[in-house]
Parts: sequence; C-alpha cells; structure tokens
Amino acid sequence: MNTEKLISTIQKIGEKIEAEKAFLTELDNVIGDGDHGINLARGFGEVGKKLDGLKDKEPGDVLKGVGMTLVSTVGGASGPLYGTGFMKMGGVLKGKADVSVSDFLAGLQAAIEGIMQRGRSTQGEKTMLDAMIPAKEAMEAKWGETQDAKAAFAAGVAAAWEGVESTKAIAATKGRASYLGERSIGHQDPGATSFTMLLEIVAGEV
Amino acid sequence: MVGFVIVSHSAKLAEGVADLARMMAKSAPIAPAGGLEDGGFGTSFDKISAAVEQVYSDDGVILLMDMGSAVMTAEMVMEAMEDKKLRLADCPVAEGAVTGTIDAEAGMTLEEILEDLEQVGALKKLS
Repeated sequence: MNTEKLISTIQKIGEKIEAEKAFLTELDNVIGDGDHGINLARGFGEVGKKLDGLKDKEPGDVLKGVGMTLVSTVGGASGPLYGTGFMKMGGVLKGKADVSVSDFLAGLQAAIEGIMQRGRSTQGEKTMLDAMIPAKEAMEAKWGETQDAKAAFAAGVAAAWEGVESTKAIAATKGRASYLGERSIGHQDPGATSFTMLLEIVAGEV
Repeated sequence: MVGFVIVSHSAKLAEGVADLARMMAKSAPIAPAGGLEDGGFGTSFDKISAAVEQVYSDDGVILLMDMGSAVMTAEMVMEAMEDKKLRLADCPVAEGAVTGTIDAEAGMTLEEILEDLEQVGALKKLS
C-alpha cells in the first residue's frame, strides 16, 4: 500500500466512523460516557481536512500525522489511544514507500504495545486490545500459512469480531466502564468495535 | 514558584478546583484545563498545552488529572514538551490542588511537593 492508497483508505475509515457514529455512541452510552462515536467522528473529520497536506509524505509520516491529529482533536480516551497506535505504527514504517503485509503486521504489533503502555492495559480487560491482539495473531498465522494478503486480512477481521463478542463476557477493569464493574458484563466494548470497523475498511482495500 | 495545571473532563470542575486552591494560596500559579474547546466534556491536548505555558517557570509544573483520557492526554502533553520540567501527580484533584499550591507558596521544590502529594490520597476524612 502506497501513500495514495493509504490516504484514500483513511478517508474511507473517516466515512465509516461518521456513518457508525450513532451506533458507537450508543454502545458507549450503556457502559461508558457516551462519547465514543462523536469523539472519533470529530477526530477523523479533522484528519480528513489534513490528508491533502500529507500527499507528498511517505506512509509512515502520514500515519504519524493522523495520530497527532487524533490526539489533539478527539477529546476522549480514544484520542491518546488511537493516536498512540497510529503514531507507533507510523514509526515502524519509517523509510518505506510501500507497505507490505509484513510491514503492516509489524506496525500493528507496535500499535498494540503502544496502546497497552498508554492505557496501562492488557488483553482480557474489555478494551480495544481484545480485538486487536487476536486480529494480529490470526493475520500472522494466515499470512504465514498462505502468503495471501486478502485471506490474512479476512482472518484478522473475523478474529477481531470474535474478540468484540468476547468482550461481552468480561467485567471491565479499565476505562470508564470499570466504574460499572460487573454491571458492564453483557455489553460489547465500543473501542474493540470501532477498531474492528477500521480493520474491516483496511481489509476491503487490500 | 512551582505551577499547577488542573486537567479535568469538565471545564467547571477544573475552574472550580483552581478557585478553591486560590482561596488559600493566592500567589501560586494555577491554570484550569477542563473540557473541550467547544465547551463539551473531554480533555484537550491544546488546552492542557496552553495551560502549561501559562503557569510555566524553571521551577516546573505539576499536572493534576481526574480520570482516563485526562491522564493519558496529560501524559502525551508531557512527552511533547520533553524539554520542560513537567510531572504528573497521582492524587485526588481537589485535595491535591489545595495541598500542592500551599506547598508551592511556602517555597517547596517540585520534588518535595510531589512527595507530599503522594500522601494526599491516603488521608482519611472520617477518622
């Protein structure tokens, strides 16, 4: 994936988030502070305005620019979390004009580590990590087995949705939902859901 | 003198905590950074950065945060301003702001105040 393709993919992510804004916010209303969709849509709206200025950059720098914009415009926890994720992935892709599946997986790994550190969180705490980690593992396995990018991304998306489903059984210990504790059981995590939507868009572009 | 920034999801809460601290420590630099630019709930990287600039001196600035994104966004501001002497305090916001600003007025250093603030969370109110 080169810069041109990356920018059009990010535009599509923005459109998807805008379209799912109400749904994501509704999920967050139940167990959080009800701003996930609104915040992400605001952030990606601002990202959309900046993309034109990133056309001449390499993909890694585009991702860093996206991350920095999210940090300063989202306004909720998803700002520093997604922002850190995009920035870390951008760092790994430094110097590459074209992003391969292996590059993407290395970037995703860096994003996961960055988000774990930023959120002081780990898998199984009803967060976006519960979609990200299984997705990365499934993609790695499928890619190793088939060297087929489409199949690898499809496996990643399927694993991410399973991850989203798995968050329903977890009592939150991180984020605003942790104030609800056991009462958060039965509800899917908004962050895991939005990450899966992002990955689904990327998968569609591969 | 050490300065303070109050980071909260709520603009009113941040302003109220700053006002409360000023009751006893009139000269300590303290700036609220609450809510988003449009007045909504949330934490703003730009507001926090501006508040730090407002109260900054070579003595440093301590940031007090409420929860979640307030902590993470304050952390990212700190990373973006790595040339500045900034520290995050792990303590209740209102009590910490009052304690910290009084300490600052008394001439305590950033390190001494942080140490004092670590005790604030352990204080019992009903015993």
